[in-house]
Amino acid sequence: MTTVEKTGEGELTARLAGDIDHHSVGEMRDIIDDAVDRDRPCLLVLDFGAVTFMDSSGIGLVMGRYKRMDEIGGKLKITNVPPQMRKVMRISGIDRLATIDNKGGTSK
Amino acid sequence: MNPINSMKLDFESRSVNEGFARSAVSAFIAQLDPTVDQLADIKTSVSEAVTNCIVHGYRDRIGRVYISAALYEDGRIVIKIKDKGCGIENVEQAMEPLFTTGNSDERSGLGFSVMQSLMDKVKVRSKPGGPTVVTLERRISSKGDTNA
Repeated sequence: MTTVEKTGEGELTARLAGDIDHHSVGEMRDIIDDAVDRDRPCLLVLDFGAVTFMDSSGIGLVMGRYKRMDEIGGKLKITNVPPQMRKVMRISGIDRLATIDNKGGTSK
Repeated sequence: MNPINSMKLDFESRSVNEGFARSAVSAFIAQLDPTVDQLADIKTSVSEAVTNCIVHGYRDRIGRVYISAALYEDGRIVIKIKDKGCGIENVEQAMEPLFTTGNSDERSGLGFSVMQSLMDKVKVRSKPGGPTVVTLERRISSKGDTNA
């Protein structure tokens, strides 16, 4: 279950969990967007630490949240991305849009 | 060359079956003793292809998705993912990065790019109104195989 919590002044962290695919991504998106609309943070952190699988639906999720944060003048950070998912993100070029924090895994 | 093992499965084009499909294929391939990375690459590619059947092939209805997989002695695995949905008018365009007909749903348009990056070969056969078949091929060099 994806949860969102306030992790600092103007900072929200969404902890994504489980498989991210076309089936599951809608619910994750709603949970995150509701929190962003409510709090209008300066920084949104997407924490992939508990994600077990991700296909290009996850890219859509990140790109959409990047756009949303850009609209409200905030920033997006992605953290704890497992190596396989980093590979999928690199294909998309998301790594050039958002800050990807490489802690917790081997970078390549 | 005849496969050393093969399987077929078909299921309804419900999004909840995306996880089932990639897990079933991954369980079948496990006998080749792939690395965690290889398995993840194949699962991701199968997930992309099956999602395409559900989102694009059977846009407004439930149809059946057909998967077959064959393993070969030289470590190749060939997976075919097929739908009998609306077909693709322009396959070349459909495979272009960022091209998508999916609208409000935040589709990234990168499904084929992901498949092409993770697989050795990706082939798409389709025509408007006809079936669409995506063929994925990847060689699994078994960990203990010195010829790999």
